[in-house]
Amino acid sequence: MEVTTKSMPYEAFKDNEYIEKLVKELQESGTNVIVGSFDKLINWGRSNSLWPLTFATSCCGIEFVSLGAARFDMARFGWEVARASPRQADFMMVAGTIVNRMVPVFRRLYDQLAEPKYVIACGSCAISGGPFRKSYHVAKGIEDIVPVDVFVPGCPPRPEAMIYGIMQLSRKVKVERFFGGVNRQEKRREFLEEHPVVPDSK
Amino acid sequence: MANIQEKTAKLFPDATFTTDGNGTLQISVADERWHDLAKFLRDDSEISMDYLVTIAGMDWVESLGCVYYLMSTKHNVMCSVRVAAGPDRDHPYIHSVADLWRIAEIYEREVYDFFGIIFINNPDMRRLFLNIDWVGYPLRKDYDENPELNPVSIENERQTDLTSMYVEKDGKVVKTEHEVFHKDDFVVNIGPQHPATHGVLRFRTAVDGETIKKIDVYMGYIHRGVEKLCETLQYPQTLHFMDRLDYFSGQIYHHGLCLLYEKAANIEISRRAQVIRVMMDELSRIASHCLFIGTYCMDLGATTMLFYTLRVREQILDIFEKTCGARMTFNYACIGGVMQDIAPDFADDVKALLEVLPKNIKEYNKIFTGNVIAKNRMEGVGYLSREDAISYAITGPSGRGSGWACDMRKLRPYSIYSELDFEEVVREEGDSMARFKVRMDEMEQSAKILAQLVDNIPDGEYLVKVPKVLKIEKGEWFQLVEGCRGACGFYLVSDGTTKPYRLKIAPPCLPLASVVDHITRGSKIADLITIGGSLDYIVPDMDR
Amino acid sequence: MYNLADSKIFDFSRVTGPIHDWLMSFLPGWLTTTVECVAIGVGLLLVYALLALFYIYFERKVCAAFQCRLGPNRVGPWGLLQSFADMFKILIKELIQLNHIDKFLFALAPYLVIIASMLCFAVLPWGDGLQIIDFNIGIFFLIACSSIGVLGILLAGWSSNNKFTLIGALRSGAQMVSYELSIGLCVVTMVCLAGSMSVTDIVLAQADCWFIVKGHIAALIAFVIYMIAGTAETNRGPFDLPEAESELTAGYHTEYSGIHFGFFYLAEYLNLFIVAGVATLLFFGGWMPLHIAGWDGFNTVMDYIPTPIWFIGKAIALSFIIIWFKWTFPRLRIDQLLSLEWKYLLPINLFNLALMVCIITFGWHF
Repeated sequence: MEVTTKSMPYEAFKDNEYIEKLVKELQESGTNVIVGSFDKLINWGRSNSLWPLTFATSCCGIEFVSLGAARFDMARFGWEVARASPRQADFMMVAGTIVNRMVPVFRRLYDQLAEPKYVIACGSCAISGGPFRKSYHVAKGIEDIVPVDVFVPGCPPRPEAMIYGIMQLSRKVKVERFFGGVNRQEKRREFLEEHPVVPDSK
Repeated sequence: MANIQEKTAKLFPDATFTTDGNGTLQISVADERWHDLAKFLRDDSEISMDYLVTIAGMDWVESLGCVYYLMSTKHNVMCSVRVAAGPDRDHPYIHSVADLWRIAEIYEREVYDFFGIIFINNPDMRRLFLNIDWVGYPLRKDYDENPELNPVSIENERQTDLTSMYVEKDGKVVKTEHEVFHKDDFVVNIGPQHPATHGVLRFRTAVDGETIKKIDVYMGYIHRGVEKLCETLQYPQTLHFMDRLDYFSGQIYHHGLCLLYEKAANIEISRRAQVIRVMMDELSRIASHCLFIGTYCMDLGATTMLFYTLRVREQILDIFEKTCGARMTFNYACIGGVMQDIAPDFADDVKALLEVLPKNIKEYNKIFTGNVIAKNRMEGVGYLSREDAISYAITGPSGRGSGWACDMRKLRPYSIYSELDFEEVVREEGDSMARFKVRMDEMEQSAKILAQLVDNIPDGEYLVKVPKVLKIEKGEWFQLVEGCRGACGFYLVSDGTTKPYRLKIAPPCLPLASVVDHITRGSKIADLITIGGSLDYIVPDMDR
Repeated sequence: MYNLADSKIFDFSRVTGPIHDWLMSFLPGWLTTTVECVAIGVGLLLVYALLALFYIYFERKVCAAFQCRLGPNRVGPWGLLQSFADMFKILIKELIQLNHIDKFLFALAPYLVIIASMLCFAVLPWGDGLQIIDFNIGIFFLIACSSIGVLGILLAGWSSNNKFTLIGALRSGAQMVSYELSIGLCVVTMVCLAGSMSVTDIVLAQADCWFIVKGHIAALIAFVIYMIAGTAETNRGPFDLPEAESELTAGYHTEYSGIHFGFFYLAEYLNLFIVAGVATLLFFGGWMPLHIAGWDGFNTVMDYIPTPIWFIGKAIALSFIIIWFKWTFPRLRIDQLLSLEWKYLLPINLFNLALMVCIITFGWHF
């Protein structure tokens, strides 16, 4: 199955093997015709409507602003509805360094996102700590804090790279199953069991 | 300057005098006499050191202490003062000067956070960047970096409404505690994740209806420990952090740090490199102010302006990209010159930019500045007097909006700025509108500088030969440059090796954030956004 | 006077009448009413949803045009399916269950908001004979219904147990109560000119000449004030203080997720349509085609255009102006917002009402 999104040709994507593997895994258990086609409709809607959370800590955030501006115009793909409230956003673009003091806040924001939710680690700081990896006050990558769906390398990544990254997320959303079956919601549950949600301190 | 030394020596016979690498007078004084000396330096009409540039905490291994850099706005003279805390590393005390310079309060908190030096009589001795349970003082030389002591935790940090103050009572230092907010205050937490704080700054705001009673600023949500990292890296390696502090004045910070190292290592760079660096500085100044105007208007609700200003910024980024290969983190200026030669069509691109810039500025004024709502929102909002601006060390366009001529390009010209013809934009009103207009006019002045240089880029080498591993002799140096948001200071202490013993970066944005409480009292919540926007702070710059 | 009886305007009661008669022929009266109500309700919901989706797309495209961008263009032809994708997404988003809140009021609030705007749809003059209920106090009913919305917003803000939402709700309460006054007075001004509160009568009174021309100066002033107050009433920029993104994250609906947030989102756009629709009704003749006295040929051609197209077209044109406001002006501050209403709009409005009365009494209108 050729998974593509936003009227992009399939060949334009670089890592099709990964998505094909994902699709194969999902189809192993077979699909119910009715649920399957309902799934398709919903996933079409979900993958085409990804609203980001306005979340930025440093340099990458400025590139995210450029992404919304006229030259790169993420509105073309319907991503420009940036919500300031995490309850209304679909994915969070972690643009910038996450430091020790920010970690609880960041995790809380993630917990506040409404399901289904996704995370893009944008820029080397979010991926591994980047140039600040050796610092005493920087989290070495956000993978230990929240489950990450897409990594976008760069320091900061160019807006084109960010567009590509969100498109990859869009493809991932398109193939996952909303109703039943193995999907990444299961994997996230495992992750959250290992890294439990912090109870409200109040 | 000899004058200062004479007068001081007369009154403070136990003070000793030296000069640092720049030839600035450095006074060393014991802690007991420090407050008196500070008062004398500030109040004496012939010295009048009314601007506290920075307080650099120091760990000299045998003792802890501080180096204060002072500047007189009247006489344009600098001096520095060295104060050592007692030999007891567990309880080092220095007397606070927060009553003399308002900005000292936050600077001293920073030193306390990094070095554990307690300032007697400072009304707010809390940690600034690190959370209250942090173990150790990271910039001390004997700091234990074991991550198990300070693990990354997803649990909410401990909060307290108490702040401590240390006072002297019967010759002993006593800790007293008092509450930050009144018991009945309605405290709204704005940030760290908030669309209008321009990054991860946090204001705890006590409000009465819509009126602001008090703001408590929390920082450190993007504190990355750059100063400590620099101590572990070789000189050329420390440069790239400058792009990531104030990411809009990356070029300028690079330039400043390179100037510092070149001065310390006695490196002469070619005229061509100097011209290129200055042009890059001014280009990034225009780009930065463009983005300021855009985001500021967006904060006020006029979203469309952002897209118009980003158009010019994109054009400048194109110019950068052709030469440096990056859109934001350029890493362009380096010790001995610049990384690569400029792109072949650099001059043409700059000329094209200079052609469209006046038209765009005119358009911005037409859309926004003249708008009656914008005027009502900005005029008279967030008034900051000249005295307060100096006392709070508010430099850059924000200080100039309050009538303080504080442009380091004019006051302490570096590189080739003394030869250039441009005006320093100063406005007297001191409100948000003035700060906004200063930036508008500064874009024109930067364009003027570019116009002078674009046809006069001299031939020559862009990079002189410097040793791959740079060694700097023992000493101290200080360099001030005019960033997009104000004066940025770099203070280097070298112990003769290939790595800096201490590199203190004095960012312009830390004072900008500390003044927010002062100028927002009594205004509305919406004004907080106006004022914060007009100050235009960059959080990674203040947190470092 | 323009002779409506001879005009070529298609009267929709020619379609609805026979259906009613046919139903009555084999059903008892109460069942007929029920069946009709259900059918209309379903139709209304459909129109409602489609209109909201169109508006979301429309605003995104218009705002993109102002900002030199392209706007949605990848999902479906010209991005037309973008808002459908958003709808599917928002339908299946999780509704977050919060602790420490007033659960009943929290759940009630979005429905209040959406019901308020739906009720207003009942009296809008969609076309000749295409009106759901024709009250003799139709316009009064409309004002009453649209005020329920503010209750929903207040409840939403208060029940969320969040300081931002509380401030947003109180701002919104102060703002809406104030601007309701201006809207009411503008409507009264125009009702004076029409001489009736019935929506149909108001439309028919504009057969020869729209009120904006008929009432000239007074109507023009009323129109300008109505547009300002209407923008404030819909919580749109430059009066979007209750959800001022840069100040209060998302204002009163910060804590809402999923379809509950979707309701607020839809209601915002529907209120925009209602405000524009009422402006159309009061100043631009509702569904009444453009008639110019003496130009009979022209008038006949205009009459051939179906009346719903006239109504919706005019309403969209007016809402374009309101969208234009939003993407041009910066936001006001709360005290400026209130002083604009109480110090300027209200006195002008009262004066304008007196002026209108004079115009009518002395017959100065066209």
